[in-house]
Amino acid sequence: MTLALQTIGLEKQFGGLAVTRDLSLNVEAGARHALIGPNGAGKTTVINQLTGVLKPNGGRILLEGHDITHMPVHKRVLRGLSRTFQINQLYADLTPLETIGLAVSERSGHGSDWWRRMGTRADINGEIAENLERFKLLDVMNEPTGTLPYGKQRLLEIAVAIATKPRVLLLDEPAAGVPESERHDILAAVAGLPREVTVLLIEHDMDLVFSFADRISVLVSGALLTEGTPEEVARDPQVKAVYLGEDADV
Amino acid sequence: MTMSTPPEIVGFHARRTARWHWAEFAFWTVLIGCGLLFPSRYLIMTEIVRLGLFALSLDLILGYAGIVSLGHAAFFGVGAYSAGLLALHGIVGEPVLALLVAGLAAAVLGFATSFLVIRGVDLTRLMVTLGIALLLEALAERFSDITGGTDGLQGIVMQPLLGLFEFDIFGKVGFWYTVAVLFVLFLLARRVVHSPFGLSLRAIRNNPLRASAVGIPVNARLVAIYTFAAFYAGIAGALFTQTTQLASLDVFSFERSADLILVLVLGGTGYLYGGLIGALVFKLLQETFSILTPQYWLFWIGLVLVVIVMIGRERLHRWVLFLPRSIARAVRSGKTAAGGAE
Ligand SMILES: Nc1ncnc2c1ncn2[C@@H]1O[C@H](COP(=O)(O)OP(=O)(O)OP(=O)(O)O)[C@@H](O)[C@H]1O
Ligand SMILES: [Mg+2]
Repeated sequence: MTLALQTIGLEKQFGGLAVTRDLSLNVEAGARHALIGPNGAGKTTVINQLTGVLKPNGGRILLEGHDITHMPVHKRVLRGLSRTFQINQLYADLTPLETIGLAVSERSGHGSDWWRRMGTRADINGEIAENLERFKLLDVMNEPTGTLPYGKQRLLEIAVAIATKPRVLLLDEPAAGVPESERHDILAAVAGLPREVTVLLIEHDMDLVFSFADRISVLVSGALLTEGTPEEVARDPQVKAVYLGEDADV
Repeated sequence: MTMSTPPEIVGFHARRTARWHWAEFAFWTVLIGCGLLFPSRYLIMTEIVRLGLFALSLDLILGYAGIVSLGHAAFFGVGAYSAGLLALHGIVGEPVLALLVAGLAAAVLGFATSFLVIRGVDLTRLMVTLGIALLLEALAERFSDITGGTDGLQGIVMQPLLGLFEFDIFGKVGFWYTVAVLFVLFLLARRVVHSPFGLSLRAIRNNPLRASAVGIPVNARLVAIYTFAAFYAGIAGALFTQTTQLASLDVFSFERSADLILVLVLGGTGYLYGGLIGALVFKLLQETFSILTPQYWLFWIGLVLVVIVMIGRERLHRWVLFLPRSIARAVRSGKTAAGGAE
C-alpha cells in the first residue's frame, strides 16, 4: 500500500497541556479517511501540524514519503497538501473570483507575476470558471466575500482548497454551522470531490462520516483510540463507550 | 459584445478592475491643466505632486499589503541625500539617472530593513519603522563631514535634465519633471497592483493565514513590496533635493512620516489615488488654516482628523462624490437606455 500522508509519533503540547500524544496516523493514497473524536480531542491541532501552521514538539510528518515536518506552510501547499478551516478563513474584501483566481495563479506558478494583469491568461480563466461553476459560485463571483451568505462562504472555503489542485485534502468540519437549507450543497460538494484526491475528513456529523468514509480513526484526548473500517469502528465497544455513547447528537 | 462561456465571463470580470475609469482620465487632465493654468504656482504644485508620490509609496505597503509605518521618511531621506551627494560630487550628473540611483539606494535600505519590519504585529512594525528613521537621522547628524550635519548639504547645483532642460527659478522644469516621474511611477504601480502579485498583497492584508494556505509565500511578497515602496519613497526624496537643491536633516524627521499618514487618512488607501488626492487636500488645508490662524494650524488639522475618524471616510466620500456620481449614473443609464446592455 502507498501512504499519502503519515505521522510518526507526533507530539504537541500547549504549555502543560498535551494535545497530541504519540500520534501515528496512516492515510492511504486515494482513501476517504475520517478523523473523529469528541470536542477538544485535538483534531484541529493535528490538521494545524500537518499543514505547518503549528510546529509539533516531537515526531515526524511524511507527505507521499517525503519528510515535511519542518517545511513552511506555503511549500506544503505547492507539494499537494491543502486544507479547509473549521472557522472560515477567507478574504473579506476580495470576491470569490479573485479568491479562486489567486489560488489558481499561485498553483500554476504565475502568482509572483507583477507585470501581467489578472484575467489575461485563458487557461487560468478556464480553471477559475470551472471551480466557480462546480461549487455554485458563478452567480456571486463579483460580490465581496464578506457579504456572502454563510453557506456560500463555506462552499468557497472548499473551492479555494480544491483550486490549489491538492493530491491530499484535509477538510475540517466542512458542514459545521451551515443552515439546513444550504446543507445540501455542501454535502454534494464533499461527495463530488475528485476521486483521485486523498481526503482526510474531520466531522461531527455521523451520517456524513459513515456515508463518506472508507476508513475511520478515532482520536480521544490527543491519542489514537482505534482505527478501522466504518463497520469495525461502529461495533467497537470502546468507541461506543467513550464517544458514540457519550453524546446522542454527535 | 457577446460573452457566452464562463471562462470568457471570468476573464472579463477579472480584467474589469484594471480598466481605466473616466474619473482617472479626468484626474490627470486636471493635473496637467493646473500646470498650464497656474504658472505662478509651480513651486507649491511641485510640492503637492511630490508629496503625492511619497504618499503613493506608503499606500503601496499600507493600503495593499497592510504594513503600517511611522518611519517612511527614512527612505525619503536616503533618496534625498543620495541625490544631493551624487550631484554635489559630480558622481552622477544627469538628474534622471541620479534619480534612479537614489531610488535604488533607498530600495537597498528597504530590502535590508524589511526583514525586521515584516515579522511582528502592527505595534512592533510602528516601533521598528519609527526606530529606523530616527536612527538614520542621528547617523546623518553624526557623520556631518558627509551630510553637512545640521546645515545640510550646501552648494548643490543641478545639471540640465537629460542634458536639455535647465532647472529654472520659477520651477517650471521642476514641476513638469516631477509630474512626469509621478505619472510613470503611477503607471507602474497601477500595473503592479492589478497583477496576481498585487492581488496576493491584498489577500495577505485580508488574511495571511489563508494566503499561506493557498501557497502564497507571504514573507517573500511582503519583502518585495516593502522594497518596491522604498524605491518610490527614495525617488520622492531625490525629487525633493533635485528641485529645491536642498538636503537637510529634516528629510528624516518624524513629522514627515506622520504627515504622510495624515495624507492617507485624508485621501484613503488601497486605490492608488488616495495619496495624490490626500496630498492636495492636505496642502490646501495647511495653506488655508495657516492663513486664517497661523499659530493654530495644528489645532485645525487635528480637528479635521478627529472628524474624519468619527464620521468615517466612506461616508465623507459618499457625500463629496454624491454629485459627480449621480451625474455619472445619469449619463450611464441614459446610454444603457439608448444602446442596450453592455
Ligand atoms: N493555540 C492554542 N493554545 C492553547 N490551547 C489550545 C490551542 N489550540 C487548541 N488548544 C486546546 O487544545 C485542545 C484541542 O483543541 P482542538 O481545537 O484541536 O480540538 P478539536 O478536536 O478540533 O475540537 P472541536 O471538535 O471542538 O473542533 C483543546 O483543549 C483546546 O482548548
Ligand atoms: Mg476542531
